[in-house]
Amino acid sequence: MEFGPHLMLAMLEGLVQASVLTLTALGLSLVFGVMRVVNVAHGEFYMLGAVLAWWVTTMLGGNPAIGFVVALVVAPLLVGLMAAAADWLVLRRVEYDPERTIVATIGLLYIIQQVTLMTYGPDAHPVTPPFNTRLALPWYEFTDAGFQIYWPWGLSITSYKLFVIAAAIVTCLGLWLLMARSKIGLILRATQLDSETAQAFGIPVERVFALVFGMGAALAALGAVLVVPIQQAHYLMGGDPLLLSFIVVIIGGLGSLRGTVVAAILIGMSDGIISVFFTPTLAKMLATLLVAMVLVYRPQGLFGAKPA
Amino acid sequence: MKRALPLHLGLIVLLFALQFALPAYHHGNLARIMVMATFAMGYNIMFGYTGLLSLGHAMFFAAGMYGMGLAVTQLGTPVGPAFLIGIAAAFALSLIVGLLALRTIGVAFMIVTLMFSQTLFLTILYFGSITRGDEGFGIKQATRQIMGLDLSDPTIRYFAAWLLFSLTLMGTLWLVRSPLGRVLIAIRENEERARMLGYDTWRAKLSAVLMSGTVSGAAGAAYGVLFGYVGASFAQVPYSIFPLLWVLLGGAGTVIGPLIGALFMFYLIDLSSGVTDAYMLVVGVALVLLTLFAPKGMMGMVRERWLKWLP
Repeated sequence: MEFGPHLMLAMLEGLVQASVLTLTALGLSLVFGVMRVVNVAHGEFYMLGAVLAWWVTTMLGGNPAIGFVVALVVAPLLVGLMAAAADWLVLRRVEYDPERTIVATIGLLYIIQQVTLMTYGPDAHPVTPPFNTRLALPWYEFTDAGFQIYWPWGLSITSYKLFVIAAAIVTCLGLWLLMARSKIGLILRATQLDSETAQAFGIPVERVFALVFGMGAALAALGAVLVVPIQQAHYLMGGDPLLLSFIVVIIGGLGSLRGTVVAAILIGMSDGIISVFFTPTLAKMLATLLVAMVLVYRPQGLFGAKPA
Repeated sequence: MKRALPLHLGLIVLLFALQFALPAYHHGNLARIMVMATFAMGYNIMFGYTGLLSLGHAMFFAAGMYGMGLAVTQLGTPVGPAFLIGIAAAFALSLIVGLLALRTIGVAFMIVTLMFSQTLFLTILYFGSITRGDEGFGIKQATRQIMGLDLSDPTIRYFAAWLLFSLTLMGTLWLVRSPLGRVLIAIRENEERARMLGYDTWRAKLSAVLMSGTVSGAAGAAYGVLFGYVGASFAQVPYSIFPLLWVLLGGAGTVIGPLIGALFMFYLIDLSSGVTDAYMLVVGVALVLLTLFAPKGMMGMVRERWLKWLP
């Protein structure tokens, strides 16, 4: 393939990755924004979403589309409930102290990961996509005969991948409506702004925290359900999304949802493109180092406002 | 000091004597535990005494280990000088990381250390032609000699681990009672106030990172020399979490806590790995239970209830 179509393909793949990353990172960002704690177990909630999706589709059998739609609802819901329970049982009791929360969520990370290893096993399992038509894409060239459109071999995307991108956009819009237009959103924003004052105004902050922690995990799980027909479900799959979400949330400015979306698209796309043209190890290495430097020299993130 | 010195010297004598009493399996384990406890004591200087929670100490351990290992395999250095090169590598890395990471505080500090550590791990993978990536490389038994002593011999290995451990233990004991150690504890309790009192807290924190990173690197280099293996798994996230866990379990900010924590955790994992492959579950459960019910750790509770003078 020539450079042009190759780049186009890399960008499309990057866009699919960026979509999933946006959802995962939004979950982490939401939790950090409202609760001011870092959830190190976030990647494991993502992994749980993928494993549950496999479990649901296998249990239901039959038409893959039905199983997938059920998984799309059930997996995030279950993961959200589990996360809310973890919040209630553990994080609430360490009073959301930032350091102790990190240590506790590292503990949760290993508990979730290892229990999955014991029950689901060490093998990766695939989930059949509900639909998977290959769509060839055109490219253009200028020849002696003038402008021409042709169909390069290998330049294609599947309908399922387009669906992933669309689903991510819809979810983002839904989350924005929820945050900006609903009563729950108002309560969340009030808690984010100042949880003590919110409590003084009668907002049940503890329950809001459990809800937010659940929502954050559910977003990660949703991203994982979307990705699992492309990637297989595996008990160690939570590591990379966690690291990338960290990167995104930091670059986007800690706690800013809009910044998170912009950064997720930026990082997801560049990660996809760099991985096609260079080795993934080098890409990850540079990204990780870059983020550490951003945190050191611009702790408010590239898009975040200066702290008051 | 009257009561603390006999206690710690007694512990050192006990560990020395155990060498003659233990069966071979536990003898080998204890040598390993003493090296890991040295790593944990290094971690404790930053976390337990200065209040800086690092999530990336694997990088210092790995810097020492690879500094030593690569000097042996690439430059053909004898292990004695190579051990010093390992320590120097860890010192250099802690200087760089300290200068950069100390610009941040709190959660950002944890994430920055995590990211730097991950960068080192990926760098090790990237230069796989020299480091042999995930697989790692062995240090040949023939080269593991210092002054005619064969370090792969169990008795000499135990003695070397004991020496490293004892030096670090006494060093930590001296540190926490020195003026610098007092400033570090003051920073842990209230940095703002320590600064108001006129202490240069930034310089004190940097020296804590330097000491902590260098001791951890010495443990890594010693591990490579004594057990003859250098691998990328020692640069991965679990090896940043282990010292945190050992210190938390044994008691952050106590001199003997890291040993107690490493000893307990080692045997807990050893026992559970006989039952299940998912032995890291024990680590997870221990972390959650510790944060919930015993944030001060074992020696911390001993100090609170009975031995108020415990350093």
